[in-house]
Amino acid sequence: MTYFPEEVVEHIFDFLGSHRDRNAVSTVCKAWYHVERLSRLNVFVGNCYAIRPERVMARFPGMKSLSVKGKPHFADYNLVPYDWGGFALPWIKAAVRRSPGLEDLRLKRMVVTDDDLDLLARSFPNFRSLVLVSCEGFSTDGLAAIATYCRGLRELDLQENEVEDHGRQWLSCFHESCTSLVSLNFACLKGEVNAGVLERLVARCPNLRSLKLNRAVSVESLNEIVARAPYLVDLGTGSFAVLDCIGDKGLAVVASTCKELQELRVFPSDIYGAGATSVTEEGLVAISSGCPKLNSLLYFCYQMTNAALITVAKNCPHFTRFRLCILDPWKPDPVTNQPLDEGFGAIVRSCKNLRRLSLSGLLTDQVFLYIGLYAKCLEMLSIAFAGDSDKGMVYILKGCKNLRKLEIRDCPFGDIALLNDVAKYETMRSLWMSSCDVTLGGCKALAAKMPRLNVEIINESEGTDKLEENISDLHKVEKMYVYRTVAGPRNDAPDFVWTL
Amino acid sequence: MEDHDNLKATELTLGLPGTDAIEKPTPAAPNVNKRSKEEECCGFTGSSGRPAAKAQVVGWPPVRSYRMNSFRERKTEKKEEDSTGIYVKVSMDGAPYLRKVDLGVYNSYEDLTEALDAMFKGFSLGKRITQRQAHDLHRVAEGGDESEHAITYEDKDGDWMLVGDVPWEMFVSSCKRLRIMKGCEARGLTSSP
Repeated sequence: MTYFPEEVVEHIFDFLGSHRDRNAVSTVCKAWYHVERLSRLNVFVGNCYAIRPERVMARFPGMKSLSVKGKPHFADYNLVPYDWGGFALPWIKAAVRRSPGLEDLRLKRMVVTDDDLDLLARSFPNFRSLVLVSCEGFSTDGLAAIATYCRGLRELDLQENEVEDHGRQWLSCFHESCTSLVSLNFACLKGEVNAGVLERLVARCPNLRSLKLNRAVSVESLNEIVARAPYLVDLGTGSFAVLDCIGDKGLAVVASTCKELQELRVFPSDIYGAGATSVTEEGLVAISSGCPKLNSLLYFCYQMTNAALITVAKNCPHFTRFRLCILDPWKPDPVTNQPLDEGFGAIVRSCKNLRRLSLSGLLTDQVFLYIGLYAKCLEMLSIAFAGDSDKGMVYILKGCKNLRKLEIRDCPFGDIALLNDVAKYETMRSLWMSSCDVTLGGCKALAAKMPRLNVEIINESEGTDKLEENISDLHKVEKMYVYRTVAGPRNDAPDFVWTL
Repeated sequence: MEDHDNLKATELTLGLPGTDAIEKPTPAAPNVNKRSKEEECCGFTGSSGRPAAKAQVVGWPPVRSYRMNSFRERKTEKKEEDSTGIYVKVSMDGAPYLRKVDLGVYNSYEDLTEALDAMFKGFSLGKRITQRQAHDLHRVAEGGDESEHAITYEDKDGDWMLVGDVPWEMFVSSCKRLRIMKGCEARGLTSSP
């Protein structure tokens, strides 16, 4: 292959869609690395602190589309302090300097300010698409800047962001000549938008295919909009979430009618106690037998049995994402009073393509043995209130060859597990451990052995500054975040984050 | 992020009928999971033990606060929808038929008496009642002016009470029916307990 002219190699690389494939071919030889890097258009950075923005853009001068992720996943559940980091600005600034042809930007769990959005809006003449997921730090003023300056904008997709409402009629800032919108999602905004402005915007964008409104939009307005946008493919008010008050009976109805169902999410409506109509294992079993195409599940419930999980595993071997949250930590199988090891074991044994798994309920080290043994495709694992000893974590690290993200809270895993195979962490994107048994000494040892990992300790107790001198190595670390990086320790860490 | 936790601490929560008493969420204490010291904290006995009682744990269940807030909003909206329509019977002495009023529609005693006035127009209701004017009503009842009427209600315990003594909301939640009495009969209500 190396004897082909570069154009041919490049053409072949065009057929490679995924980042992983492109990353793989770029390591074959220098020639291929060279061809690949000049032809890569879509750049994905899974951890904004793994590499400096300038280096990314120097390597990929043809970058048109950039996707960056910031905070660890557990930030979604308030486990990461507010100003931990994940700032978008360095990425935007670097792109302004080196990739002025940038067209698409996608940011997830990052801090984006109004000034950042203003800079973005003014700097990229070909800008087409902005997707912000679970971000914070901006207001409707920032959106106004985007609307004002991004002529030719095709997509503005805001998913689950914390956006301050400054009352600005940002939607009105889309110029009358803006007719290019294909997708608009502002479901996460709390404030109102002017109905007339929205209707006119929709009416003048003939390519609009996806529109997700917030709940402030009235039904009358919705009628007007639908009348003016006959080619809409996707219309909604944000994500449709099933609340558990539909109960097992409700789920049975879903199971009997929605035969094509691929993804289901059932959220708890009352986290303080099982209502009369919440869901149990029965609902899940019904879904699994009625919806054979189900491959992605997020299910909150008050109880689960091994028998149910074994049945689900048999009915649905195609799960790629299986996230089960039993609301009471450490809750056993209520029928047998046993841990749920066998149930989850059945899931990982049966679902050979499982990429993401979240565990809950009473679990011993045994479940981790099963996961290490069978979950060979597993990429992301979330563990809470589970396990008996270090062995549990070691089973995972040894067995799950494709593991990229491991997040653990409130488990009895300590230094022995942490230090068992330190090289493993360079094959992963990140490891999060909070309220476990790892000590400061253990973290220091890890940092010392692995210079290409950032071992960050988040310490939120009072008098943080002086504490480092007085804390003994035996002190248990509250929150630890470890990630591979070629950028060294970050220079924007707040006081309560120590990089060892 | 911290604001969410503080907000949760002061938030009132509604429970479904039949559920256990709701525990108020504890404010986000960074040390809530420190097991070396407070084993009694939150009822968790750390990794080696199992909790005796349910408690609020930071970041559990793993649902975004954004979503929990919107669920709470939807639940309270639903509850509000369900609870409109607090219809109670209203009888007036001497009137040939009873009426029904929706107490949920009114915001004060004044609003209610105005409505009752309009409803029983032909029967000369007399003075309007506000909470303050309940005192006046006592005087009226004692004074024995027979043309005056008194508005009374039957409460949850089955007792007949004079309208106007308690705050409006308390009245609405305890009123089962209304009776507009003639002044001479109303005298009996103001006798000291």
